[in-house]
Amino acid sequence: MDLRRFGFILLIIIVLFGLVVFIGQVKSPPIVIITSMMATTIAVATPLTLGALAGVFCERAGVVNIGIEGMMLSSAFFGWLSAIYMFHVFGFPVGVSIWTGVLFAILSGMLMGLLLAVLSITYKVDQIIGGTVINILAVGLTGFLNRQLFFGRGSVFGGNVPNSPGVLPTLHVPVTEIFSPLCHSAECLQVVTSINKVFDQKPVAISAILLVFIAHYILFYTRWGLRARAVGEHPKAADTVGINVFKMRYASVIIGGGLAGLAGAYFTIESVPSFEPLLTNGRGFISLAAMIFGNWTPIGAWTAALVFGASQALNINMQLFRDVIPPQLAILQQSYVVGLIPYILTMIILTGIIGRTTPPAADGVPYEK
Amino acid sequence: MQADTSSDLPSKGFLRSALDAMLVPFLAILTAVVLGGIIIAVVRGNPFLAYYGLIQGSFGSAKALSETAVWATPYIFAGLAVALAFKGGLFNIGAEGQLALGATVSALIGYALPDWLGFDLPAIIHLPLTILVGVAGGAFWAAIVGFLKAYTGGHEVINTIMMNYIALNTISYLLNGPMKDRDPNNVIARTPLIAESARMPEIFEGLRVHWGFVLALLTAFVIWWLLNKTTLGFEIRMVGANPDAAKYAGINVKRTIIVTMTLSGLLAGMAGALEVTGLNFRHELGFSIGYGFDAIAIALLGKSHPLGVVLASILFAAMRNGATRMQFLTQLPVDLISVLQALILLFVAADAIIRYLYGIKTKGERVVLTRGWGG
Repeated sequence: MDLRRFGFILLIIIVLFGLVVFIGQVKSPPIVIITSMMATTIAVATPLTLGALAGVFCERAGVVNIGIEGMMLSSAFFGWLSAIYMFHVFGFPVGVSIWTGVLFAILSGMLMGLLLAVLSITYKVDQIIGGTVINILAVGLTGFLNRQLFFGRGSVFGGNVPNSPGVLPTLHVPVTEIFSPLCHSAECLQVVTSINKVFDQKPVAISAILLVFIAHYILFYTRWGLRARAVGEHPKAADTVGINVFKMRYASVIIGGGLAGLAGAYFTIESVPSFEPLLTNGRGFISLAAMIFGNWTPIGAWTAALVFGASQALNINMQLFRDVIPPQLAILQQSYVVGLIPYILTMIILTGIIGRTTPPAADGVPYEK
Repeated sequence: MQADTSSDLPSKGFLRSALDAMLVPFLAILTAVVLGGIIIAVVRGNPFLAYYGLIQGSFGSAKALSETAVWATPYIFAGLAVALAFKGGLFNIGAEGQLALGATVSALIGYALPDWLGFDLPAIIHLPLTILVGVAGGAFWAAIVGFLKAYTGGHEVINTIMMNYIALNTISYLLNGPMKDRDPNNVIARTPLIAESARMPEIFEGLRVHWGFVLALLTAFVIWWLLNKTTLGFEIRMVGANPDAAKYAGINVKRTIIVTMTLSGLLAGMAGALEVTGLNFRHELGFSIGYGFDAIAIALLGKSHPLGVVLASILFAAMRNGATRMQFLTQLPVDLISVLQALILLFVAADAIIRYLYGIKTKGERVVLTRGWGG
């Protein structure tokens, strides 16, 4: 991650945060706005971070993965479905059902990863097409099963979508409890409780951040990571020194699928307890842009994901502060205009105006022995 | 970085090259149909009744045939859009947005132009103008992506997807706001009906099939001619096969990329404009959702050959059209069609599986349609 890129990211985030603070200051104090923006940014960036990590793993090993969107969608569905089955059909308690849902989301992501691996590594299908097959298959399969299982003949649910057992709990970090005794004024207490909100996140969001650093360590400081990267840069050379190119690529793509699966769990098990067709809404593709902008590094991809998170947080806050938007910024009242920001940002970032990125040398090229 | 030998640089005859390309897709469809039948049986449906319903609903009567042609019209245009881009080494996932944008601006000209001018236009001017503006809208939307690809290397896969979201959000805003049908009974996000002078005449009384279908068949031939018999077509295929070689041969690669993308968007915009002028006489939010992804499957299934695209479009149209009858007979959800289509696409894309299953020898062809992220 070069400094220029990092500076650019910092600049965008400051502009987005600054805009919200400027508009919202008549309603709430800046510290409350900033911390709530930070909390939203981290939460919204979660699936993007995980999706980008999925991309990093696949592409570092030389497999382009544009099927992340489909992987997220199908694992969001199957995770949610298995949580419902565990709870309603098999009668397990809420906690067990939810965590089984997370597990199945990861597993179905891995299964989709396996499909991409079979197509692109064994059968040497054009990898972009392989990814598209996954995207279309995911839309068809989730749409079909969603209707057939709940409304179809012989459905155990007989035409009603049952309530999901719920969402993952927020993990509380006791910042307030530790620092509030040091406070002697109401303002200080407000600062402490708002900062606490940034740290109170849900399990998938926290694991996403941990996984960024774990992925960084694995890819750049372990023998396995060196081999995975070698396979993506120069498979022939890797093969010559005895690395099994096919095995490394399979492993990386399946790991990537699992990460996309965890991102899927975010949608239906952590964020809201329901599924609707096409709910991923392009976030798999935005993850890819984050991965490219982060120059195929986990930490870079994460910071890029935070930019998109911040632009989403701006969107949410603009609706909260809708009535106090000054007339010269009236354009921000149109939620549709603000909603375009992540997509336009993605395009601007991809044009490479802040420096070109370099994909792994053998990215997208099937390996022939 | 292999060359795309399947784009037939020394051009073959129209029918000959089409027949050559059709064997594997045919077997892929067969395999998908068998697998689909198994899926239907697993969810306790009757596969034979389902397929009977599918065929009856799509080809069983004059009305069914007409409706299949109605479905096939946008599929052919959008499929050709994706296929043309493939030939030029570009992956246009944005047909969806280009089509929707084309339909929206076309509808705008269709209903608002007489008001702006203050007098009624004769159909001979108004109808072509309405179509042309829609076509230009689609072409413009795709040209942006072509420009970004040529001059900045921004990958067209991501950019077309982003342009899809931008188009769909913008259209949703327009159809709920400035362009909404002001009829007091209307609660739907849709434009008013276009003027009579912007509508295409019907072919058969009482059937919805319109001249757009004929136009689609003609366009398929024109695209084949363009790709195989003109210098521009040669340049497009050359850049698609090997941009480096094309550059050394003196072809302006950047210009060709922009032209290919623009032509591709033009075709997608045409699909949208014809839906408005020939069929719905307005644009309604959400009516075009899914066309873009179906078009990709169609282009792949047709092996990017214009005749293949026409046949694949008719197949997909028949499936979409027959799905209602299938649902009526078997109570299976229409989404089953998407699963079937994904399976077909899967086997067409992974033709190695089909070749292995049926023992067909590989003729050394390797289709490389896109080239990583490099740009």
